[in-house]
This record gives sequence, C-alpha cells and structure tokens, in this order.
Amino acid sequence: MSGTASVKTFFLSRKDVVCILILAVVIMVVFPLAFDNFRLNLVGKYITYAFVAVGLVMCWGDAGILSLGQGIFFGIGGYAMAMFLKLEASSPENTKIQSTPGIPDFMDWNQLTALPWFWQPFHSFTFTVFAVVAVPALLALVIGLAMFKRRVGGTYFAIITQAFAAILTILIIGQQGYTGGVNGMTDLRTLMGWDIRTDHAKYVLYFISCLLLIGCVVFAYWVRASKLGRILVAMRDKEDRVRFSGYDVADFKVFVFCLAAAFAAIGGAMFTLQVGFMSPSFVGIIPSIEFVILCAVGGRTSVLGAVYGALLVNFAKTTLSESFPQLWLLGLGALFIAVVVLFPDGLAGLYRTWIDPRIDRLLGRAKPEITGSIPPAELTETTR
Amino acid sequence: MRRRLLMGMAALPAAALLPRAGFAADKPATAAVNTTGLAVTDDTVTVGILHSITGTMAISETGSVEAEKLAIEQINASGGVLGRQIKFIQEDGGSDWPTFAEKAKKLLVNDKVAAVMGCWTSASRKAVLPVFEQYNGMLYYPTFYEGLEQSKNVIYTGQEATQQIIAGLDWIVKEKGAKTFYLLGSDYIWPRTSNKIARKHIENHLTGTKVVGEEYFPLGSTQFNSVINKIKLTKPDVIYAIIVGGSNVAFYKQLKAAGIDLSKQNLMTISVTEDEIQGIGGENIANAYACMKYFQSLKNPNNEKFVAAFKKMWGEKSVIGDVTQAAYLGPWLWKLTVEKAGSFDVDKVAAASPDVEFKGAPEGYVRIHPNHHLWSKTRVGRARLDGQYDVVYETKDLMEPDPFPKGYQ
Amino acid sequence: MFSDYSLGDLGSILAMQGFAGLILFSVFVLMALGLAIIFGQMGVINMAHGEFMILGAYVTYLCSELFTNYLPALYNGYFPVAIVAAFCASGALGLLVEWVLIRHLYRRPLDTLLATWGLSLILQQVYRSIFGAREVGVELPDWMLGSTHLTDTIEVPINGIIVMCITTAITVAVYLLIFRSGWGKRVRAVMSNRTMAGAVGIDTERVDRMTFGIGCGIAGIAGSAFTMVGSTSPTAGQLYIVDTFLVVVFGGAQSLLGTIASAFTISQAQSTLEFFTSGSNAKVLTLLTVVAILMVRPQGLFTVKVRR
Repeated sequence: MSGTASVKTFFLSRKDVVCILILAVVIMVVFPLAFDNFRLNLVGKYITYAFVAVGLVMCWGDAGILSLGQGIFFGIGGYAMAMFLKLEASSPENTKIQSTPGIPDFMDWNQLTALPWFWQPFHSFTFTVFAVVAVPALLALVIGLAMFKRRVGGTYFAIITQAFAAILTILIIGQQGYTGGVNGMTDLRTLMGWDIRTDHAKYVLYFISCLLLIGCVVFAYWVRASKLGRILVAMRDKEDRVRFSGYDVADFKVFVFCLAAAFAAIGGAMFTLQVGFMSPSFVGIIPSIEFVILCAVGGRTSVLGAVYGALLVNFAKTTLSESFPQLWLLGLGALFIAVVVLFPDGLAGLYRTWIDPRIDRLLGRAKPEITGSIPPAELTETTR
Repeated sequence: MRRRLLMGMAALPAAALLPRAGFAADKPATAAVNTTGLAVTDDTVTVGILHSITGTMAISETGSVEAEKLAIEQINASGGVLGRQIKFIQEDGGSDWPTFAEKAKKLLVNDKVAAVMGCWTSASRKAVLPVFEQYNGMLYYPTFYEGLEQSKNVIYTGQEATQQIIAGLDWIVKEKGAKTFYLLGSDYIWPRTSNKIARKHIENHLTGTKVVGEEYFPLGSTQFNSVINKIKLTKPDVIYAIIVGGSNVAFYKQLKAAGIDLSKQNLMTISVTEDEIQGIGGENIANAYACMKYFQSLKNPNNEKFVAAFKKMWGEKSVIGDVTQAAYLGPWLWKLTVEKAGSFDVDKVAAASPDVEFKGAPEGYVRIHPNHHLWSKTRVGRARLDGQYDVVYETKDLMEPDPFPKGYQ
Repeated sequence: MFSDYSLGDLGSILAMQGFAGLILFSVFVLMALGLAIIFGQMGVINMAHGEFMILGAYVTYLCSELFTNYLPALYNGYFPVAIVAAFCASGALGLLVEWVLIRHLYRRPLDTLLATWGLSLILQQVYRSIFGAREVGVELPDWMLGSTHLTDTIEVPINGIIVMCITTAITVAVYLLIFRSGWGKRVRAVMSNRTMAGAVGIDTERVDRMTFGIGCGIAGIAGSAFTMVGSTSPTAGQLYIVDTFLVVVFGGAQSLLGTIASAFTISQAQSTLEFFTSGSNAKVLTLLTVVAILMVRPQGLFTVKVRR
C-alpha cells in the first residue's frame, strides 16, 4: 500500500479509494448480477470470513502477531447472535411440546428448566449487538494483556491461542445444556419478526455484510495510515528499537489484537444471520487455521488482498469439493504449501510485482517511491 | 466430470438388464407425476447422496454410501421407479455441518433432486433439517439417533433411542440378572440422551436395579485407564458403553489390557457395529453385547441375498453394520412410497409414507410409522472373535418408534 | 464415594490408578518428545506431527499383515521389527520434507506452521487413498495383550508396561544423543547461536536435517506404540496434536526436561481428576488450569536462557 507515503490530509490516497471502490463494485454489483440466489448466499458466507481475514492482516501482517485463535472470536460473535435468534425462535407458542416451554429446545432436552442468567440479556437486540463486539474484544484484552505484557509472542503466542481454541470447543461441546453442544444452535428463524430464511432476506443480509465489510476495510486503512499503524509496522520489524524509543509495545499489540477480535466477531454474527445456525465447528483449531490461510493467500500485508483471498479460497473449496471431493484436501494442502514457499506475499504480492507497475506505465505515471511497503522474505521473522 | 461418470456407472448395468419392451406403455406421463419441477424426465429421476467422504466422519459414512448405491442399482435393475431409472448426484459433506447445509441446499435448489439419502451424525441432520423444511425436500436418514425430533421432510430409517435401548436393558436384566449399571459415553447429545433414557428405565421402570456411575469423555479421547479403574472399584453388573469414533478403539483395547474379561463382565453397547469392530479388532471386543436392529449374521433369505450382493459390489472383505443396512432401506422405501403415491411430489410422498411396508428388508420386515420413523425389531448380538455378532435375542414384535417418549424426558 | 470399600480394595485401586497416571505420562512424553526436539531445537512448528505418528501406526499395521501372511512363525516377534520400520519410514519422510520444504523456511517459523498444516492435509488424503477411510485394526501377538497380576488385586496392563519401557528407552536415547554425543553438541551449538555455529565450521544445514528426521522418526515410534492403545485411521493424528502442543508449550519450548516435567504434571492432574470427577470435566479442568498457569507464566515451566 503505497498510500502511507502520500498526502496526510486524508488517510486514503486516490489509488486506495479506487481500489476500495472496485472491491465495492465487485461484491455489490458484479456478484449479485452474476450469481443466482444460492451462489450469492455462498458468497455472503465467504464475505463473513473476509472480516476475520482483514483483522488478521492488521494483527499478523502489520503487527507480526499470528493468532491461531480467531475462530474463538468468530464463534463468540456468532453464538451471541445465534442466542438472540434462538430466544426469539423459542417463544412459548413455538415450543409448546417441551416440558418447559419458552426456553431453547436444547436446554429442555438437557433438563434445564429456566434460561441461565448469562443468556438472559440476549433477549435484547441492543445488548446482543453490543455483546457481539464487546465480549470477544474483552476476551482478547485479557489474553493480550497476559501475553504481551510478559513479552510472549511469535510461535509461542500462536500455539497458546490455538490451545484456547481447542479448550473453548471442548467447553462448548461439553456444556451442551447451555450451548447446544456439538449440534450448535440450529433452526434460527426470525430477527425481530423478520424472517431471515427467505430469499429476499438473504439478499438484504448480503448487502448489509458487504457494507459492514467495506466499513471495516476503510477503518483498517485509517488505522494503518495513522501514527499507530506505523508504530505497529516498526514494532514488527524491530520491536526492541520501538521499545527503546519509549513506546509501550504491549499496549499497541493488545489494541490491534482486540481490533482483530472485534472484526472476527462481526463476521461471526453476520455468518449466523446468513447461514441460520452456529456450531462449535467454527470455533476450533481447524477453522482458525483456515482463516489464517485466507489471509496468507490474499497477501498478509494487504487488507484488500485478504478479502480477495477469502473469496478465492472458498470459491476453490466449494468448486473442488463439488467436482472432485477426494481431491480437494490435496488441493487445499498444496495451496497452503505453495503460498508459503512460493508466494509469501500472496495475491497482493503478485499484484504488486506484475500488475501494479503495468497499470502505472499504462497511465503514464512514474513509479512512486515505495516507502511504506515491506520486503517480503522477512515478513514474520521473529527474534528468538 | 466425475459426477457424470458416477451417474453413468449407476445407469449402465441397469440399462443392460432392463427388459425394454412393455415398460413404455404403462409409464405415467412426467407432467402427471412431477408437478413441482423436480429433476424428473421421461426416463430418469435424480436423487442426491449426501455423506462425508472426507474428514473424520468418512470412517463411518463410507458404508452408508455403498449401501445406497447398491440399492439404487438394484432398483434400476428391477425397472426403476415409476418406469424411470434413478440417477444420483453425490455430494461430500466433508464431516463439516455447515457444508452439509450448503450441499443440501445445492441439491434441492440447483439440482432439484426428488429425494436425498444422507447425513449420519445428529449434528449434520440438525444442520440440514431447516434447509429441507424450507425448500420442501425429502431426506432419508439412516443412523440410529437420540429421538426428540419428527419432521414431515425426514424419514428416519434407523432406530430412535427408546427402540434401541429399552428392549436390550429388559433382556440383560432378565437373562443375566443384572442389578447395577455403569453408563459411559462420548460427550455429545446422542450418548447423553440415550443414557438418560437408559437411566430412567433402570431407575423407574425396572425393579431392584440402579446406576452406579455415569461418565462422559470428549470426542476423540484416547485415554480410559482411570474410568476402567473406577469400573473395577464399583464392579457393576453391566458396563453400558456409548462411545463413538476413534475413542471406541482406545476404550476396548484398554479394557482388554486392564484384564477385564468380557466373557465374565457384561458389557452392552449401542454404538459398535460390525464396521467399528474392524478398527477395534475382534479379539478386543469378543463377548460384548450390542443392541441394535440389524446384524450382518442375521439368518433370513432377504439378508443372505443382500449380503451377497453387497460383497459382490464392494468386495469380499466388506462388512455391513446396522447403519449400512438402514441406509440400504432408504432408496427402497422411497421407491415404494413414490409408487404408492403415484407421484414424485414431495408433499405426496410425505403424505403417503405412513404404513408403507418393505417386505424385502434385510432386517426382516419394516413399516413406516405415521411419525416417519420405522417399526422394527430390536436384537441383541454377542460379538465373536471374527468381528461378527451372534444374534442371541430378538424381540417378538416390532417395536413402536416413540421419538418423544413420555416418562423418559 | 469410598465409604463402601475395604482398605485393601482402595489400596489396590490407588496403586492401579497410580499406574494409569504413569501410563498416561509415558504416552504424553512419547507424543511430545519428537515435537519438543523439532520445536525446541529448531523453532519449527510441525503441525504434521500427528500424521508422522499415524505413518508409524500404518507401518506397524503393514508389518503385522506381512508377518501374518508370509512369516507366521515369527509373528510373536513382529512388534520390535515394526518399531524399527516405523522409525525409518517416518524419519525418511521427515528428511524428505525437511529437504523439500522446511529448509526454505527457517527464517520464518510462523510459516512453517502453515506449510506443515498443508502437509498434514495432504498426508491425510494420501492415507485415505491408500488404506481407505475406515480404521484399520492392528492385531497384536498374544503376549502383548491382557494384564499381569502384581498381587491378587493389583493388575497392570501389559501394553501400558510396554509403552512405559519404550518411552524410557527413547528418552534415555535422546538424552544421550543430545547431551552426551558430538552430534548433540553440534545441535545445541546451532540452537544457541546459528551464525556462530556456522562460523566455527558446523554444517548447520546437515544438523537441521538430521534433527528434523530424528524428531519425525520418534513420532513414528510413538505412532507404532499407540497401536496398542488407540485407533489407526487417516485422521487419528489430529486426536493427539492438541495435547502434544500443550505439553510442549507448558514445559517451556526449549527444554527437554521441561517437556518431561510438564507431561508429568498434566498427566497426573488429568488422571487424578478423571478418577474423582468425570472424563469430560477432567479434561476441561486440566486445560483451564494449564491455561491459567500459562497466563501467569507464559514462557512455560522451564526456560533456557538463550542469547538473542
């Protein structure tokens, strides 16, 4: 992103604006025109993964913190929204056949006779929206403070977050009376009386997701263009020097980790709305690593790259698993390896080396001074 | 490409066997049997197969896919459904519940299949159920499961929990004089609900019997030595185990290694079919009792034909478990129901389902109950060294399916 | 819960429970040792560790089939052969993977994590294509089954004892290799300062390759041993990966002693809790405790001072 080098009066350079507009046109005009409702709904699902990928660009690409626990935040956001919908779907009339009408069916099956206190506030939509962002951010704050204040980072942090993801999955599955267990929360129907299962609703939700995503992308650009963003990059490259310059490195890391968590959670909530259920299979280790690969394919230092990465990988996954179910694991595995070994900068890197200079030449512009971009090979080198 | 290939494979041998003459005349017109735009042509009808062939569940679901393909081939060879050959589109759920929902929607919305044979775990069924209800599809679900569900759009060809559990408990109490039970399970809804039913039955419906322990292990758990020690301490008359997946193998190997001899210690399971024994090893589980509706060793002409055909198609070494047989019932029950309804329309098929009988079922005879589950017998088998079961008990009458059992909630 | 039992009963159960804890300890050490060497000594996160273990298990399966069909007379002795074969197979694959993949990534430890995750997906699919999606049953000779009576009431599973023996042997071997051999000296030199080690004439690439190969080979042995207690299927490797990483992280990455100490702590905590509560709760309680401790002491139990 050469944007960091340009005018400071407005945080987006003209080129950034064009790129974001192109993305907006692609997801909000081209896709709706090109795909039928079923495919568009799938794209909507991919878009929710893109939220996580954008967050990861901030925390992995910019700050050098690889979190293998983004599934935790995606899941918490999704579960918060799912609980609101589930409570709405479990009105006493709908649940007449249960021994205790008015509570979610899975609670009834597990001999709960009343809604537990911590789910009570989820009757309120305002609270739910608040919780979707706040709970994951708070959790990220706790984890972040504990880790970064003690200068834990790199591979170690990655594995600890992974352990958290595993633990949360086991907890959710084990406490099925409160969480729906391995089945998750299913059969979600309406959002404040609005049936989210209809084609029309899916359409509307798709556009809401897109708008939120563009919002997150712009916000990410703003953070990166601010002084904070530059400190993050400095920190990734030489943490000690930033520390010696008098900055409290941990605070910045905690902030960006919380931000990534909040993005992931918004994605999770939109996922629940579009797909109509939430299950622990989005919380664990596997989805968490898959989120990272979306980001890596797109290019870990490029916000827009991450969005395209999320779309592309999932397209590939769906298509491959439809036509060659036995082969898609091989393909996915090969993709992981290829991205890491051959294209460490992902799609964005390819774009920067091949396409961007040509566009510039085409437009007759001189090659701009690249001050903000980073040499690829040392992206995530950590001092050990 | 692959999909087309699969369809071709299903259609080819059948086409060769078809007595061509005589069919065209009494074949009802497409417009009459398909008023809702399903994938039905003058010669073919398309159904979906939706199972995991990748991921952790591929271990269990492979058998179901094989059985469904066999049934479809046999139906095609015998003239198809309403004179139409069945083609199938297979999708992979990838052991991932949202993928199941996505693929189910694809089958119903894009491919307009007339019915879907599929799903295995409860979680995958829960994920696809809203899809089937919204887009009005028909699902034939093969696994024994926890009950607490009933849908116009699903035919449950496996047993629900009370059918599977109660007869077995009654038998072991009467036959072995069992008084104390230790309940074990993997930690998710099916084992928990099943053990709940077992506990209610043991405590409230049988006399002089009690539960001395109940424990759950995370899915994929591989260490059971502590619970085995607890079992040694409490000396229950019966270990009642509902452990699934890879944990099963670890549990039985460790039980055997700890010196618990299943010829002296009663163990009853409702989760180990012949399929699972292949991984566990016959010597580790010999003499355990399993309670379900079907065993490969069942002696009746239907079953002998079925086992022979299955082995011919999928290899001499293949084994058939309870769920595999239930999966085989799916396409047949659908065919019979469509012919009874005289239409492929989902509403008509759903409405015609109650009281459809299948006399050629390998398990003997089954009939669809108005609640869309099957009337079926329950049997107890004792595991042999070679990985098969000897049937030691069979209920006299068909057990009534009762997905919402009163007194067991 | 214990009021109904005699003192003798309780004593023997506690003794057996102690053994259960030791067996779990051995299993954890065996799982974690290969990973600890690779992660601790090289800083590489090998997410395909579980798949290397399963390769060992499949090799054991093949050996048992081979002996049943061609050398039935020697069937009772097939297991040691299988262990050696498993070590060789996994080790060889490890060397290959290091040469093709890992050596390009030493400067980017986080990327090794992604690349090896991709590798694990590929290996799973390969196993599925070769051996089928179903579990394979590995048959064991009779002498390895059952239990042995120490007293009238205390029984100890034989496979547990075998696992303990294998673990002890491997641990001693690794100790000798790393702390008492010339090669180990080179490994430690490379670990504490790669550039300096290179400067004094150590072939760091060769050291890395051997370290990775040996780590994978040990995973193969672990997989072979686990055919006695667990299942063998294409995805079984994933069952072990979380526990394994926790053990290594909890112990402090660069310390083999730490790995062993943490395996001991976690296994004893888990097996005691399992006895007094239930399986699922025990797991959650153990994991939460581990996390709580990691929050307070994120560098793990034992740390080695490394000059950065």
